[in-house]
Amino acid sequence: MANQLYFEDVQEGMEVTPLVKQPDRMQLVRYAGASGDYNPLHYDDNVAKAQGQPMVIVHGLLKCAFLAQLMTDWIGDQGKLFKLGVQYRGTDFPPEQITCKGTVTKKYVEDGKHLVDCEIWTENPKGEKTTPGHATVILPTKG
Amino acid sequence: MTQESLVTDELKAAIGVESAPALNEVEKGAIRKFAQAVGDPNPLWQDEEYAKKGPYGRIVAPPTFLVTMASGRSARPVRPPMRRGLLDGGAEWEFYQPVGPGDVITCTSKLAEAYERPGRMGTMLFTVTEQTYINQKGELVAKRRGTVITF
Repeated sequence: MANQLYFEDVQEGMEVTPLVKQPDRMQLVRYAGASGDYNPLHYDDNVAKAQGQPMVIVHGLLKCAFLAQLMTDWIGDQGKLFKLGVQYRGTDFPPEQITCKGTVTKKYVEDGKHLVDCEIWTENPKGEKTTPGHATVILPTKG
Repeated sequence: MTQESLVTDELKAAIGVESAPALNEVEKGAIRKFAQAVGDPNPLWQDEEYAKKGPYGRIVAPPTFLVTMASGRSARPVRPPMRRGLLDGGAEWEFYQPVGPGDVITCTSKLAEAYERPGRMGTMLFTVTEQTYINQKGELVAKRRGTVITF
């Protein structure tokens, strides 16, 4: 990744570069295979309906992986994702668009590490936050 | 008839009991498949030449690749209550060391908490499980605290 983000570049309130995803049923099947999460809720409509869903739903873990990508894309090769927390509050359905977003809530130095806290979330096409969360990253400095 | 608590004695007894360790050998192909399934084209996960020049000197796995790993068999297996479904409630991760091909990651897990809450479809059972990931050098790689909702 060409653009490296540095601690000095970040200000509180700043937006994390958004990441747009559009998982279709094929992607859910691929993720089931790659992750080993074979819960049929993610590929069998009948099972999903029996659990009160209108159709299959996107894996929470896939949305967690999208939010991790949001952060690793933003921080560049020299940045490190340190903490990641997600809550699966709302369901997402294939092949609807999922937009991953974030804002910087705090920047600080602790134990010699340059840390940045972000509020992050996934948004469905209605603009609802289906997966709110938070991340802490360690960034390099220019100095 | 009063409804029995979903937090059974069996469940309570399992809290804090560490599982057997499970060894997970990390394969390059598994990392690539995972990154492709997520649709994450970051060359650090897949491009050996590129990754060699990067901060880790080798390919590394996307952070949540750890979900692919087996955690050890529970010393006190708990039969889940017969209900309509299971939902992943979310997770908290902390990442300390990168994971790459050839690493052997030992994962252990334990039930940390169990509680019930009223919900839209009746009483829901929340179980919180903690996983610890340690590499072949004995370094702490990551910790995960995940919540599963049974309803």
